Amino acid sequence: MSSPESSASGYTKRDWGSHPPLIHPDYKSTVLRGPTKPLIPLQPGLTEMTGPVYGHEALAPLDADLTRNGVRNGEPVGERIIITGRVLDELGRGVPNTLIEIWQANASGRYVHAADQHAAALDPNFFGGGRCVTDLDGRYKFYTIKPGAYPWPNHFNAWRPNHIHLSLFGTSFLSRLVTQLYFPGDPLLDLDPIFLGTPEAARDRLVAKFSIDATEEGFALGYAFDIVLRGPLSTPMEG
Amino acid sequence: MADFKQTPSQTVGPYFAYGLTAKQYGYPQTSIAEGVLVGDDTEGERITLIGRVLDGEGKPVSDAMVEIWQADAQGRYTHPADPRGSNSTFVGFGRLGTGTDPQNRFMFQTVKPGAVAEGQAPHITLILFMRGLLTHLYTRVYFSDEAEANASDPVLTAVPADRRGTLIAAREAGANGVEYRIDIHMQGPDETVFFDA
Ligand SMILES: [Fe+3]
Repeated sequence: MSSPESSASGYTKRDWGSHPPLIHPDYKSTVLRGPTKPLIPLQPGLTEMTGPVYGHEALAPLDADLTRNGVRNGEPVGERIIITGRVLDELGRGVPNTLIEIWQANASGRYVHAADQHAAALDPNFFGGGRCVTDLDGRYKFYTIKPGAYPWPNHFNAWRPNHIHLSLFGTSFLSRLVTQLYFPGDPLLDLDPIFLGTPEAARDRLVAKFSIDATEEGFALGYAFDIVLRGPLSTPMEG
Repeated sequence: MADFKQTPSQTVGPYFAYGLTAKQYGYPQTSIAEGVLVGDDTEGERITLIGRVLDGEGKPVSDAMVEIWQADAQGRYTHPADPRGSNSTFVGFGRLGTGTDPQNRFMFQTVKPGAVAEGQAPHITLILFMRGLLTHLYTRVYFSDEAEANASDPVLTAVPADRRGTLIAAREAGANGVEYRIDIHMQGPDETVFFDA
């Protein structure tokens, strides 16, 4: 196995072979919003090796079940799914007790967000936001509804592939990550400038895998999605 | 053994508000963090950090999300990696979207952090997410009344001298106390310095 590139502090570096560039003209909003000057290297110190820690105390009972946390008078519409996997560092170690926040469109491709004017139905029984905290092995699990595709104004006939937004903290502010989970076999992936902004070799890491093992009999299809964050190259316990 | 490579970043998009900053935007959900970092028992000088995010045409961005991370007034982080620990209830983390203020400002009510270590100037870490940013950006905010400490801070002095000013918030006496003002310029002659941390 190739070991991740480390900084002198023993924390892995941001791997620019994995992350999208700051200006990617096919995604038009990047042109005026991405910085034009090179980033300046910063040697991580205590400021960077620390970061907010949110554990199980931050959770309400239904936070990880989006099929139930927005219910008013019935079941949400759409295909019930399970998203599960592990949060890992680059040495394959689970990241325990770390917060994952997610948000997504409903089955018809509409967000609860006030600014979403897509003329598709809102679902009175689906909110689309949730949270969970990884267990001691870094494992997490959400119940939700498969999100629909939605149009966006980037170019003629532009549609976002089905996706779920995820936000993670990991062990320090250096491991902070906001990303999107996509679904296997989606024909819109090959047309989406946000997905395609990702270096080609890294794209498949954004696509969940269908999993019959994660599927629950008579209830919901399962998808497996592991998330790899930056992390310390060694733990204090290991010296 | 399998390779474990970093999961790629993707944009936060235009619709994060109800998921990540629900309370601020008036959705009936809780939020893990907001713009107020201090409680009644927090020690230190109360300050408000105020700023905007300006795009390449100088227009304020209304759908950015800003997170800050800072030490307490004694320069200690609330985190296991800082063996000194922090005082009272101060966590040091704030999160705001720029969509609820009429001028698209973020306004964090916090305390001025102490220097984390000998030789460092007080600073706040700021990370920026928005539609149109596929990978979030990482920067620092320093303080205009710390000229002496700023002049020898190892991170600030690694920045070309003519760009250091983009990281320094201006101290002003506001109606509600001490304010520090800083705008984040994505592009142009005053383009903010962002770090590859
Ligand atoms: Fe989206």
